[in-house]
Formats: sequence, C-alpha cells, structure tokens
Amino acid sequence: MQTQTNALTITDLTVAYKDKPVLWDIDLEAPAGILMAIVGPNGAGKTTLIKAVLGLVKAAAGQVQIYGRAYHEQRKLVGYVPQRGSVDWDFPTDVQDVVMMGQYGQLGWLKRPGKAEKAMAQDALEKVGMAAFSQRQISQLSGGQQQRVFLARALAQNAQIYLMDEPFQGVDATTEKAIVALLQTLRAAGKTVIVVHHDLQTVPEYFDWVTLLNVRRIASGPVSEVFTEENLRLTYGGRVAFLATNGNV
Amino acid sequence: MRDRIMDYGLRFTVYGQQYIMDLATLLHDLLFDYTLRTVALGTAVIGIVSGALGTFAVLRKQSLLGDAISHAALPGVVIAFLLTRSRAPLGLLIGALIAGWLATIVILVIIRYSHLKEDTALGIALSVFFGVGIVLLTFTQRLADARQAGLDRFLFGQAAALLQSDVILMAVVGALALTTLGLFWKEFKLISFDPDYAASLGLPVRALEVALTTQLVIAVVIGLQAVGVILMSAMVVAPAAAARQWTNRLWVMALTAAFFGAISGVTGAIVSSTRPGLSTGPVIVLIISLIAFGSILFAPNRGLVWGWVRHQRNRRQLRADAVLHDLYVLGWQHGNPQHPHAVEVLRAMNANQGGVEHTLKVLARQGLTEYSGNGEWALTAVGVQTARLLAPEINDESRPTDNESALAVYGASNEPTSN
Amino acid sequence: MSQPQIEIQLIAAVVAAACALPGTFLVLRHMAMMSDAISHTVLLGIVLAFFVVGELGHPLLMLGAAVVGLLTVSLVELLNKTRLVKEDAAIGLVFPALFSLAIILISVYARNVHLDQHTVFQGDLAFAPFERAIVMGIDWGPRTFVVMSVILLLNLLLIVLFYKELKLATFDTGLAAALGFSPALIHYGLMGMVSVTAVGAFDAVGSILVIALMIVPPATAYLLTNRLPYLLALSVLVGAVGGVSGYWVARALDTNIGGAMVMMLGVLFGLAFLFSPQRGLVARARQQQQQKWRFAETMLTIHLLNHEGQPEYAEECRVDHLIYHLRWPPEFATKVVQRAVRNALVVRQNGHLLLTDAGRVWANTAVIN
Repeated sequence: MQTQTNALTITDLTVAYKDKPVLWDIDLEAPAGILMAIVGPNGAGKTTLIKAVLGLVKAAAGQVQIYGRAYHEQRKLVGYVPQRGSVDWDFPTDVQDVVMMGQYGQLGWLKRPGKAEKAMAQDALEKVGMAAFSQRQISQLSGGQQQRVFLARALAQNAQIYLMDEPFQGVDATTEKAIVALLQTLRAAGKTVIVVHHDLQTVPEYFDWVTLLNVRRIASGPVSEVFTEENLRLTYGGRVAFLATNGNV
Repeated sequence: MRDRIMDYGLRFTVYGQQYIMDLATLLHDLLFDYTLRTVALGTAVIGIVSGALGTFAVLRKQSLLGDAISHAALPGVVIAFLLTRSRAPLGLLIGALIAGWLATIVILVIIRYSHLKEDTALGIALSVFFGVGIVLLTFTQRLADARQAGLDRFLFGQAAALLQSDVILMAVVGALALTTLGLFWKEFKLISFDPDYAASLGLPVRALEVALTTQLVIAVVIGLQAVGVILMSAMVVAPAAAARQWTNRLWVMALTAAFFGAISGVTGAIVSSTRPGLSTGPVIVLIISLIAFGSILFAPNRGLVWGWVRHQRNRRQLRADAVLHDLYVLGWQHGNPQHPHAVEVLRAMNANQGGVEHTLKVLARQGLTEYSGNGEWALTAVGVQTARLLAPEINDESRPTDNESALAVYGASNEPTSN
Repeated sequence: MSQPQIEIQLIAAVVAAACALPGTFLVLRHMAMMSDAISHTVLLGIVLAFFVVGELGHPLLMLGAAVVGLLTVSLVELLNKTRLVKEDAAIGLVFPALFSLAIILISVYARNVHLDQHTVFQGDLAFAPFERAIVMGIDWGPRTFVVMSVILLLNLLLIVLFYKELKLATFDTGLAAALGFSPALIHYGLMGMVSVTAVGAFDAVGSILVIALMIVPPATAYLLTNRLPYLLALSVLVGAVGGVSGYWVARALDTNIGGAMVMMLGVLFGLAFLFSPQRGLVARARQQQQQKWRFAETMLTIHLLNHEGQPEYAEECRVDHLIYHLRWPPEFATKVVQRAVRNALVVRQNGHLLLTDAGRVWANTAVIN
C-alpha cells in the first residue's frame, strides 16, 4: 500500500494522561474512500485516538498525517463529529447556528456568516433530514436529532475525511438508518469516514474496514480479514463468546 | 404647578419614610443634578458591561469565578493605593485587574497541579486573597492620609462617590471590552458551546479563553467602586441568568442582560441616594436579584409558572381525551357510539382519578358530550367524530359480538378477539 | 503573655479547629463554595432573629442563622432542580440576594447596633476577651471562646457519632442510600453544622474569612494525607497553627487578627502545595522526571515488540528511526537507548536494536496494565 494515497496515517502514536498511558505505539493506515469502525472495550482509548489525530490531546510520541501531511496543514480536509454528550444542549442557540459553526474555520476572523453560509447550512441539514428544523432551539431536539445536527455541522465543513465519535450512541432506529445511509453517500463521494463504534453486531453490515483497539492496536484492515473471532478475543478478552455462537462473525 | 405634576408622580415608601418624587423632578435631577447624573450613568455603564460580559461567564459555568475574582480584587486595590498614594481610579483599576488575574491563575494552578477540585480552589483563592486584603486594609487605615481615601467603600460600594472622570474611565474600559466581544463574537460563541470542536477547526482556544476570562475580570473590576467587592459577582451572574429565561438566542441574551443590568444599576443608585448611609451595592444587587427570580418564575416559555400552566393544560387535555376514548369504546361495545354511560364506570376506567365529572362538563360545553339524565353521559355526534380519532385501535369491522366484555379491549387485548 | 493575649490565641485556635471539622467534608464532597454561600447568608438569619429578640448574643440568633443557612442550601437545590440555571449560577444568585437583604436591613434599621458591616466582614478578635460569658455568676471565659468551644465539641460529637454514615455518604452516595442512610438527611445535617459554625465564627473573624477557616485547612491536609481520620485531625491542627501564628503576625504588623490568620493559612497551604512529600509540586516534578525515562524505555520496548517479526522490522528498530517516527530528539533517543541497554531490556546488534526476553516481558506487562 502506498502511503501517499492514505487518507490517514498514524505512526507509533503514544498518548498518556499524566503518567498513565492510554494509547501505546499505535500504527494505523486508512486508505481514502473507506468506512472504518474503531472498536474496543471501554477505556480502550478510542475517543483518545480521535482526539490525538485532531491534536486535541498531546501525543507523547509518534505522528499523524492526513493525506501525507501534518494535521495542522490539512485542517480543512478534516471534519469532526464529537460525542453528543460533550456539549451543553441548553446553550442559547438554534440548529442553523450550530451547523454554521462548521464553516467558522474557513470563514476567518472578523467575518460574520452570511447568505452563502446559511445556504450551505441548509444544504447540510437537508442531507441529514433536518431541513425543517433549522430555526429550532437546540434544547428542544431529541437525542437522534442532536446527533444529526452534529453530523450536519461536520458536513458543512465540506471535508475529505470525517472523524466521528460514537455517532450511534443513544439514537433512535430511524436516525441510525439515516446515519448509515449518510455514511454510504459519503463513501460514494470518495470521502473517508472513521467512526468510533460500540456495537460489534453491526460492524460487518455498516463498515468495510475496522480497527480493533485496546490501548494497543490489535488489528486493522478490511472487515472480512481482521474482524475475526481471534482478534476480537484479543481485544475484549473472553467476553465475546456470544458473538461467535451467534454466527455473526 | 408642582401639585398638579404630583398626580403623575411616583409615591413610594422606603424604610418607613414616605418619599414623594415626581417624575419631572426625577428626570430633571437625572439630567442636571451632577451627582445623580454621574451616579446613574456610572451604574448604567456597570450594568451594561457586566450584563453583556456576564452572559459568557454564566454560559461557561464561571459564575463563582466571578465571585472569587471580585473578592480577590481587594488586595490589588489596597496595594495600588499604597503604591500611588492616591485614589486615582486608573491605578486602583489596574491593581484590581492584576489581583483578579492572579487569583484566576492561582485557581488554575491548584486545579492543574493537585487533586483538589475547582470548588476548593475557588474557595481558597477567594478567601485567602480577601484575608490579605483585610490585613492590608487595616494596615493602610493607620496611615495618616489613608483615612480620607475611603478604601472601605470598596467593600460595599458607594456610587455616590463616583466622579465624572471615574465614569468616563469605566465607560472607556467597558467599551473596549464590549468591542472585543463584538469583534470575536462568533469565536467566543463557538468556544463557549464546544471548545473541542473549535480547537479541531484550528481556533486558538486557549487564547480565546484567556480573552474571555480577562473580560470577566474587567466586568468585575469596573463595578468594584460602585457595587463593592462582596457583591459585584451578582452583577455578573444575575442579569445573565435573568436574560437566559427570556430568549434562546445568544445575542438577544447578551443585550437583554445588559438592559437588565443597566436598569437595576440606575434604579439601585437612585434608591440608595435617597437614604444616607445606605450602600449602593446591596440595593442594586437586591433589585437585579428580584429581576432574576422574577424571570425564572414568570418568563414566557421557560418560566416556572408558564411551565406549570402548560403542564396543567396538558393534563386536562389528556384527561379529556381519556374520557372521550372511554365513552367511545364503551359505546362501540354496545354497538352504539352514542350509548350513555354512568359517571362511575368512566371513573373506574380512569383508575379512579378525580375530575371525571368536571371533564365531562367541560366537554359538554365544547359540544362533545351531553348529559342524558340519571348520572349518565353520552357522546354527541361531533363527539363521536373526535373520539374516533382517539381510538385508532378500534375500527367498526372488528366490532366484537355482544357477549364479549370490555376486557377484550382492555385487559386482554393481546389475545385473539374473534371466536 | 498577658491573659487577654493567651485568651485571643485560644479563641483563634478553637475557632479554626471548629471550622476545619465540617470544612473537611465540604472539601471532600466538592461543596466548598457552599461555605461561601452559607457564611454570607447566615447574616440574614442573625438580623431577622435580632429583630425578634432585640438583643445580640441571644441563643435564638444562632437558631435563626442556622435556619437561613439551611434555607440557602434548599433554595440553591430548588433552583438547580428547575434546570433553568446551572448549579454555579444558582449559588451565585441565591446568596448575594439574601445577603444584600441583610445588609440593607442592617443599614436601615440597625445602624446603631453592634452589627455593623465592619464586624461582619472583618470580625474583631482583639476585643473578644473583654466580652465575658458569665453564667450563674461565674466567669467562664470570653464569650466567643465559650461559644466556639461548645460548637467545636458539638461538631466533634456529631462527627464521631455519625462517622460511618458521613464517610459512606461522602465517598459512596449510592451505597449509603442502599444501606438505608438518607444522603439528604446527612447532607442537611452537615449544612446545619456549617451554618451554626459559621455564625459562631463570624464574631471572631467575620464572615468571609470563615470561608478560609473552613476550606484552607482541609485543603492543606488533603495534600498531605488521604485517610479520613488523619485528614480530620490534620485539618484541625493546621487550622489551630494558622490561628495562633496569625495572631503573632497580626501583633507584629499591628493589623487585623482574622485577616492575618487567613494569610498564615494561605502560607501553610502554599507550603503543603509545594513541598508535600507525595503530592507537592516538587515531589511531583521529581516523580515525573523519573517516570519520563521509565515511560520512554517502555515505549521503546513496546515499539520493538509491535514490529517484531514484521517485514519492516529491520527498518523500525534502528535508532535513527526512533528519532523520526517517535519524534524523539536525537540526544533523548540516544539516552533512552542507553538506559534500556543498561537495564538489559534491549541489546544492540550491528546498529539494530533487539528486544531481550526481559524486554519482551516488560513490554507485555506494560500493555496489560
């Protein structure tokens, strides 16, 4: 595999909180145009991995490259969907305003979002099926709707690679379907999507690549190759027997 | 002439003494009386600045940081006085700014480098800085020229002592802070809502946070002279907390907070000027607190009273729907949707909740039910139309045979109903 | 030392000790700022009770204060429950409101009474020995001393009696509730204790400095120990030392005793913050320095382990590669390798690094933990 074509390359990434290591020497390559799930038990460092890619937590060692160059040079290529629970949904603002935040990076200092930004926001809302909610106060949204607003905000960034932290967490079935459809549209458009995911059962259905993580990278590659019983056992310990017996793996 | 104006005037009793103040005099004094004009302008500036800047402090959950900063400003004020040997406001303002910032840094350092939590760090900074301030204050008061300095008015504030030059200084500093707020509005908004996301876009989150915290320090420091170190934090918290209840938009919230701040500042200054020896700070804070609690109770949509009314209305609607539904189901079992039924039956079906009879009467007024004598009620033709929509589980084709009971629908709806 | 001098020091020590006891639980329960709220609002209770009984020093004043203290707590909780404002804003709304009301009432109705704003804020320990507690014709000592001694004993008694419950409710609310202790009851009991203590201490040091006496000694002690009994004892000790040394500083500078006490407590806290054997800044820095090397060595072994047997191994295990991939500065990488070699975790072989068995075990252990 040629490194240049990789949307995301992580080399020897180690992250520690205070003196406790959270990620040890992670290597990861994500070719462009894939839908990748990052799975692993609680405390495996999935969220930390995403945050380290984005430069939100400092790495003790190692490096991250987006399309072959350092993250801070390639910021405009990356869209981020943080966990829904990471913000205060009682903040006094409406859906359209939140979605427009996705363009603040491109907009630059001292400029206010105008008609063009509003149109882009509306467009992004359309894609997640929330066009009718643009004037809605964000505290009046359901969990699934909040998640879609966050997705729309990332779409408004018009990025090449999307990093999503638990987008399926606590959303209703309709939203889950809508998100899956959206992921597939993104892939069809040649975008790369990397998703922190919790539900092992749906990995083969939703994704084509998977990274198994538990402080170390256990395995990473096409689902058909690495999503094996043995790798899962290495990742989760003995707790995945039910999966094997269900014959889903 | 005066007597006639009095009829349009304000008549109010303050602390057992009746004051009669007519609007014309008040207006006249506000415009032409040097002291009152200065005081009103000064407190208005304080209200506007602290209201607008406090909006961000409240949204970022820094209300108590404002409290710590204002208490911690005391030693800064006293040291500035000791160094300059003057009460020149610029010096004192700078002293307070430095002390306020130092306290903030102390708080951050304690949280960062120990396992102590934010609340403890705040409490330590607040009280130790204040203790040092008291030591310095007592020390200073022994100096010959310090007695007139009146530094202790910084404890509770004395708006009456404001000079025009003080107000100009406050206005200039406040305007600077507000201009910064306006220039970086969207960035401040984003880091207040979702700092991680802001960082992922490449915004200098740390620097912006420092700027916002500096603005909080400025908001607090500007008001120290008129409101005092003890209560100034309320001027940061209360206008914003009040404004939040009235709107769901950030900029409207900031404007409303500024408006509430100004109103309470001016009113407080006027009221306290009517009574010698009454500090301005407590009066202003009491007024803004009343506005805040009033807003929490009565603001449309978010207010508690509003919520309670809505809740009652919902309950009434639910109860009415339940009664209509029950009448319809009962009638359907009898093969006649308008078959009358006794109140007791309906009550039993509603788990013996009260108010069934009242609900029936209300529904009758809406033309949906009618009394058919003997304590029995029935649906009207219109009522049947409405009720049909409330009972989608029933359609006429699946009507049970006569010997089947209501249980078929209620208790055992899972079981096959056809024999 | 003259008798008043000794008495002032005794009062200072007793006040500080009495405050430190409930303060410990406030700090542990992350409710330190509640002391800020309560110590302000008890003034309203005092004023209202004063209007009823007409004299200062009446026991009812303390009751009034305790009631308003609890009222403050429940108002804050009520506001919280509406979810219309956040918790910090709820505290920031309630206490200035009640406190302003108290100040206005004092300045309007009670200007001539000895309740003026100065005492409220600064306290006046210097005059405390001259107000005697004379009960049944016997002089029991300075009034503040007697009152605070009673409060100290009461606090001590309550903590001893409800030690288990307090401990459980502080560290594991869920379990406490499951075992049938009402966390709410313990919470309000503690808040009552804080209120009563605040009123008593208020005479001596003024209300804002009460916050210092409640928060700073436990915070200092918490930097030194983790165990609750030691924590309580150490808090009391720190408080007493701060109180007595504050007196001497105040004497030397001819300044306010309460303020000086708090200043000294600040100094003690600063010392603990810097020099606590385990948690001080200095000790942490030293630990971190050690950990940095340890951590780097571990990182090296894990890196080698990860690439062992892989085709790219020859590439990955070169020292210059470490500089490039792990982003280690060259001198740092050389030093880490030297240390790892010395510790027999890796061996050098024609410019390549190979894991030893010990190194492999080391890396595997590190990953599992």
